Amino acid sequence: MTVPNLRKSKSIRVTLAVASAALVLAGCGSGGQAAAPASGSEAPKVTGDVTVFAAASLTETFTRLGKDFEAANPGTKVKFNFGGSSALAQQLNQGAPADVFASAAPANMKQVTDTKTITDAPRTFVKNKLAIAVPKGNPGKIAGLADFADAGKKIALCAEQVPCGAASKKVFELAKITPAPDTLEQDVKAVLTKVSLGEVDGALVYKTDVKAAGDKVEGIEFTESAQAVNDYPIASLAKAPNAVTAKAFVEFVLSDKGRTVLSAAGFDSP
Amino acid sequence: MTRNRVRGRLPVVLVLPAVLGLAFLLVPLAGLLVKTPWTSLSTLLSAEVGEALRLSLICASLATVLCLFLGIPLAWLLARSGLPGRGFLRALVTVPLVLPPVVGGVALLLVLGRRGLIGEHLDAWFGISLPFTTAGVVVAEAFVAMPFLVISVEGALRAADPRYEEAAATLGASKWLTFRRVTLPSVLPGVVAGAVLCWARALGEFGATITFAGNFPGETTTMPLAVYLALETDPDAAIVLSIVLLLVSVGVLAGLRDRWISGPT
Repeated sequence: MTVPNLRKSKSIRVTLAVASAALVLAGCGSGGQAAAPASGSEAPKVTGDVTVFAAASLTETFTRLGKDFEAANPGTKVKFNFGGSSALAQQLNQGAPADVFASAAPANMKQVTDTKTITDAPRTFVKNKLAIAVPKGNPGKIAGLADFADAGKKIALCAEQVPCGAASKKVFELAKITPAPDTLEQDVKAVLTKVSLGEVDGALVYKTDVKAAGDKVEGIEFTESAQAVNDYPIASLAKAPNAVTAKAFVEFVLSDKGRTVLSAAGFDSP
Repeated sequence: MTRNRVRGRLPVVLVLPAVLGLAFLLVPLAGLLVKTPWTSLSTLLSAEVGEALRLSLICASLATVLCLFLGIPLAWLLARSGLPGRGFLRALVTVPLVLPPVVGGVALLLVLGRRGLIGEHLDAWFGISLPFTTAGVVVAEAFVAMPFLVISVEGALRAADPRYEEAAATLGASKWLTFRRVTLPSVLPGVVAGAVLCWARALGEFGATITFAGNFPGETTTMPLAVYLALETDPDAAIVLSIVLLLVSVGVLAGLRDRWISGPT
């Protein structure tokens, strides 16, 4: 009789240990949350973690702005998730825990305002337009938009789902050119990588991306790009875990300081 | 010590996590089935879906053939050759298993891309450029999937009794003949299991494919890529694509299992 009892109590003990370990793990999960909004008479404090979902084309500028924001507001930590705006919008609609969304096009911002994931009115903070990107030295001898119809040249474009792809489509329609792309990439940075590795002869990216890529990539501006300008809207989320800091970050991006960083990278003022 | 009595003592400490584990694996799949817009299924099944599915099946199968062709000899080398530094070599072979597939794709671009170490010469001498082609998809999938085959076949080879090979050798068979007629048939279940794993991995490959082969419908857009892009605009279509891929792969794997892999029941 004693043996089964012993065994039973042992197994219960182990089960308890497993269960308590699970509890500890669960605790860790919520422990990482940012500070709750201040309550009572205390003034709302800008502190804690703030998570920003931003379009891939904002990678360099927002990383810089995040550091500046942290320096200006001690105790804050800005975390980024950069990607195609459409993918980010989808993640937000599925409940991704973010505080701020900066999209490369109003259409993707609308995806989240439609679902009431964002209830604030989004504000346009920059404009951007497309440029032709070619590898250093232009080995494919791309002269202009017309070369994108040449099936003999390797061409990368953004997929239509992402803002740079939608803008590209508009540009080609305006120019009455049927492009012959070899690949449709999931975000603008993926397109840029193909250019900087020399895998394609030409691609359409944002003007700012050409600048950010440094001397590996050369840019060619073209007239039609002026008619397909992308507005970049930013807003804090309705269920932002750290609403106070989220709003402070949005204001920071819209401030003169933020504008200086963005225009230095080649973004146009709204 | 009857079977029943042994079964009666299933320890909670094992059963509880086992059930949780099962639920963890199956509930997301069930969720997919629940959320599937069955009524509008036929409208969402466009020609593009068929094209992506066809491309996925062809590429995964070709990648598996390529892996068999290169992977079985490699497994044999690791298991049988007595080569110095085999342990290190084995560790290297498994690197694609732990490498993020996107990094694998970048590595392939750096080597086989148009400006890559080898790709540069392929392009200059033969006019062959792998990125953005269906062949590139096969290469990317094979790169990611081959370790599964190699590990499976190598394990089978190490478990196989070398005395049969020795007997064949004493009867005058050459090493190649021994390999073909004795070694290979004895490890066939391992080869098939490895090939199935390899095929399944290739079928679901995403990161290396989109990085190395890009994304163009009909050429390089396999099902996982189509799912990813559809998810951004039309989640329903993405779910349908996933269901199609799931049904096809489960069907193929179940079919193979009945025929080839008789697991202990």
